[in-house]
Amino acid sequence: MRHRIGLAVGPATFRIGSAWRAPIDALERLYAAYPPVDLDRRVPDFTVRLQPTRPWRRLIRPSIAIAGDHMLPDAAPMALDHGLLAAEMGMNLQMALGWRRHVLLHASCVERDGKALVITGESGSGKSTLAAMLGERGWRLMGDEFALLDPVAGTVFAFPRLVSLKNQAIEVATAGLPPERLGPRLEGTAKGTIRHLVPPVEAIARMAEPAIPRLLLLPRFGFAEAHRPVEQGEAFVRLTEASTNYLALGETGFRALTRFVREVPAVALDYPDSATVLAAVEALWSEVA
Amino acid sequence: MDATYRAEPPDQIIRENLGAIDALYHRRSGATHLVAAPVPQILDALAEGPADLDGLMARLAARFDLGEGGDAARQALGERLAELVALGLVRDDRPAD
Repeated sequence: MRHRIGLAVGPATFRIGSAWRAPIDALERLYAAYPPVDLDRRVPDFTVRLQPTRPWRRLIRPSIAIAGDHMLPDAAPMALDHGLLAAEMGMNLQMALGWRRHVLLHASCVERDGKALVITGESGSGKSTLAAMLGERGWRLMGDEFALLDPVAGTVFAFPRLVSLKNQAIEVATAGLPPERLGPRLEGTAKGTIRHLVPPVEAIARMAEPAIPRLLLLPRFGFAEAHRPVEQGEAFVRLTEASTNYLALGETGFRALTRFVREVPAVALDYPDSATVLAAVEALWSEVA
Repeated sequence: MDATYRAEPPDQIIRENLGAIDALYHRRSGATHLVAAPVPQILDALAEGPADLDGLMARLAARFDLGEGGDAARQALGERLAELVALGLVRDDRPAD
């Protein structure tokens, strides 16, 4: 590929190659605080390629196809303006389809005093936004997309990629933050407007530190405030649904998730706005921490 | 003649109790199953050895109060066993005529 960059996020390393300069420039700026990966000296875990859908498309109305070690056959091509998003999606895809060292949970995660709050929910539940806000309010952001559960130790490892904020969440989660922590506004993507947020410096510096899961939160945005304990069986089902590699890990995944739901209490939390959810999280945390 | 039901070998199924349900990991298929009462009780009774429907009913009746509805309980047990056979967690060995 004409342009490339090596990135390390949590325990995973990536080579991002691109037919165009612009996506690599955006990654270099936003990942400046992450540890460098020298691609001439080490083989990364995954490769992501951003390539033209047709050779001439590099120049004329460029359209990006995401390729890599692991691919979805029907991934739609994207506009070059969304190259940064294509790179992020490509990295997520490699993790979701290829990572085997941990049970991969589609969840956001924050840490305080060595203990982790793991937040899982469907798209739109607010897990990214909540993790981003907590990451600016005294918690260490461990990740907004994946939590990596160690099947032996039972600890969670961080994957603090750029936080992907969508639509209304952009204003809520980025208020008061300096522009250098923000990526470009990407309008008109498949998920609406997206803006990336660089995690706090401490979150990046400490990304190799695991934490002991202490609370599993299942939030739902857009409802009156209410919370209820979630039984182990329901939490287990939700975690198997939230794990992209549960089936691939077989018995290892089964033992890791049954242990998790036995040791970690789970709470379903409905909330109407960010002030409510932030207060509710602190109250729930004070009961378990 | 009734089918004889046989449990999977004990090392083939890992069972973890998660409150109201049990999670089963079936090594041979790699599948996870979530089961609620009376399925764990049926599997326990069958683990004592192969049995036909009446034999299994007798084992369960010795442990649990099945009440007056013996026929209904027998029918329900037959249905649960058919489901477990379909999942591969129980085998039914129909004897040769």
